Amino acid sequence: MSSQLPPVWSKIARHEMLPETTHDERARFNFLANLNKFLSASVSPGNKIAYERRVRPRFKQQHGRDFQTRDEVRQAMKTDPHYQTWSALRRSAMEMRQQAGRSLTLRQAYVLAAKAQQLSARQPHTLRLDPSVKPPPYLAAVDNHLMPGSYHTELIEGDVSAAANYDAGLFVTTGGMLGRLNDGGGKAIAKWLRETHPDFQPKHILDIGCGLGHNVLPIAQAYPNAKVIAIDTGAPMLRYGHARAQALGVHNVVFMQMDAAKTTFEDESFDWIQTTMFLHETAGKAIYDIMREIHRLLKPGGLTLHIEQPQYTPDMDLYEQFIRDWDAFYNNEPFWSKMHDIDPLELMTSAGFKAEHFMQIGVRAVNDLDDGKAKTDEPEDHGRTPVWNVFGAWKK
Amino acid sequence: MELDYINLASAKAKGQRPYFFDDPAVERVLNITMAVAGELAVMHERLDTIERLLEYKGLLSRNEIDAFVPDDTAAEQRQRWHAEYIARILRIVQQEMEALAHPELNQDVAEIAEQMASM
Ligand SMILES: C[S@@+](CC[C@H](N)C(=O)[O-])C[C@H]1O[C@@H](n2cnc3c(N)ncnc32)[C@H](O)[C@@H]1O
Repeated sequence: MSSQLPPVWSKIARHEMLPETTHDERARFNFLANLNKFLSASVSPGNKIAYERRVRPRFKQQHGRDFQTRDEVRQAMKTDPHYQTWSALRRSAMEMRQQAGRSLTLRQAYVLAAKAQQLSARQPHTLRLDPSVKPPPYLAAVDNHLMPGSYHTELIEGDVSAAANYDAGLFVTTGGMLGRLNDGGGKAIAKWLRETHPDFQPKHILDIGCGLGHNVLPIAQAYPNAKVIAIDTGAPMLRYGHARAQALGVHNVVFMQMDAAKTTFEDESFDWIQTTMFLHETAGKAIYDIMREIHRLLKPGGLTLHIEQPQYTPDMDLYEQFIRDWDAFYNNEPFWSKMHDIDPLELMTSAGFKAEHFMQIGVRAVNDLDDGKAKTDEPEDHGRTPVWNVFGAWKK
Repeated sequence: MELDYINLASAKAKGQRPYFFDDPAVERVLNITMAVAGELAVMHERLDTIERLLEYKGLLSRNEIDAFVPDDTAAEQRQRWHAEYIARILRIVQQEMEALAHPELNQDVAEIAEQMASM
C-alpha cells in the first residue's frame, strides 16, 4: 500500500441535520473516496513523469526553448495520453460524487427541509433570510465544482438539499482531511489567532461566504462571548447552516442572506472579518469590491484573514502552477486561475490597508481523524490539500 | 408533489463539459464503466456485510437464496432499484442530452472566465 487509506464515510460526525444514508449510499461514498485517493496518490504522479520525459523535451525540440507560461504547459499536456486518462477519470470522479450526494439528498428533500425548519425554530431570530438578495452574476454563470444548481437553487419550498449534498460529500472529496465535521480550516485559524495574538479578543466577528458554516462554527466556539455574523447569498446554505449550528449547540452565530460586495452593516462594525475558501469563487471586479467593503466594515485595530490555496508566484514551478490549475478549467472554478495570480498585497493595499500591516502565513488543517500515521512524503492532491496560504491585514 | 430525484441526481452542471480524449466516445464509455465499477464496489461491500452478519449469527443457506421469489412489494422495490441504478451509470448520456437541449446553460467555461473580469 503506497499511501494511507481514506476514512470510511461512517466516521463523519453525526448531527441531527445530516441526511440519512443507506448502507449502499455509504458504500458508494467509500468507493469514491478511494477512487479520489488512488487518482491523486497513484495516477497523478504519472503526469509529472510524462511532463519531464516526453512533453517538455518535445516542446523544447519544437520551439528551441523551454515553457514560459503555465498555459503553454497546459496546451502541450492536453495531448498526452496519461494526462488525458487522469483528467478524464478525475472529472468522472467529481461528477460521480455529485450524483451520489444528490441521489441521497434529493430523495429526502422534503424531510430535510422540515427538519431544518424544526431545528431552526429552537432559535428563530438567528436566521435572517432576504429573498431580495440575488446570487451574484459570477455564481449564476456557472455551477461551481460541478454542483448542479450551485449554492442558491431551490427545488422546493424551504429547500436545503444543495447544502445537505455539500455537507455529506465534502468528506468524500477531501478524503476526510478536514476532520469529522469538515471544519479543519476554521479550527486551525482560531487556534493560530488565540496562540499568536492572545490579547486580541474580538467581540464582533463577520464570516463572509459562510456556506453551511463548516468553518465559522469553530471560530464562534473559540470566542464564545463574541457576536458572530455569517453571511452568504445562498438561502439553502444558510437554512441548513443555521439548523446545523442549533443541532451542534452553537448559538452565537447569526446567519444572514447578504451579498458581501454590498452589505447593509454600518462602518466599523467588526473586529475580525474572515473568509475561508471563498475568494476564489468570486470574480475580477467583485473581489476588489468585497475587499473595500471589508476595509469599511472593520474597526480600527481590527483584523481580516483569508484562507486560500497557495497563490501562484513567479518563482513557483510552471508544472506546479499548471497542475494546481486543473480545477479552474475542468472542475468549473473559472476564477481560480486569475484569483491565484493576484498579488495579495496589492489586493489589500488597493482596498485601503497599509502595506506594513499586511501578513501572510501558512496553516495546516486541524484534523480530529489524524492518528499521526499520515506520511508526510505522500503525493498531495493539488488544489485540495488542506495546507493553506492565509493572508490578511490589521486595520490601523 | 414529488421530486424526480433520479433524473435530478444525475443532472449536468452549468458550463460545458471538457472531453480529454480525442474521441468523445471513449470518454463516454469510460464514464459508464467507472460508474459500473463503483456499483460493483458497492455490491461487494454489501455482500461483505451480509456474509459477516450471517457468519456471526451462524446461518447461511445457498439453496434458500437460489429458490427465492420476491413478493409484489419486494418486486416493486427491486425494479425501482434497477431504474435508479441505470440512471446512475448512464449519467453522461443524460448530461449530453441536457447540453443539447439547453445550449444557454452550456457556455464554454474559459469564455465565462473572460467575462468574470467585468462582473
Ligand atoms: C466554497 S463556499 C465557502 C465555504 C465556507 N466558507 C466554508 O468554509 O465552509 C463559497 C460560498 O460563498 C458564497 N458567495 C459567493 N459570492 C458571495 C457574495 N458576493 N456574497 C456572499 N456570499 C457569496 C457562495 O454562496 C458559497 O456558499
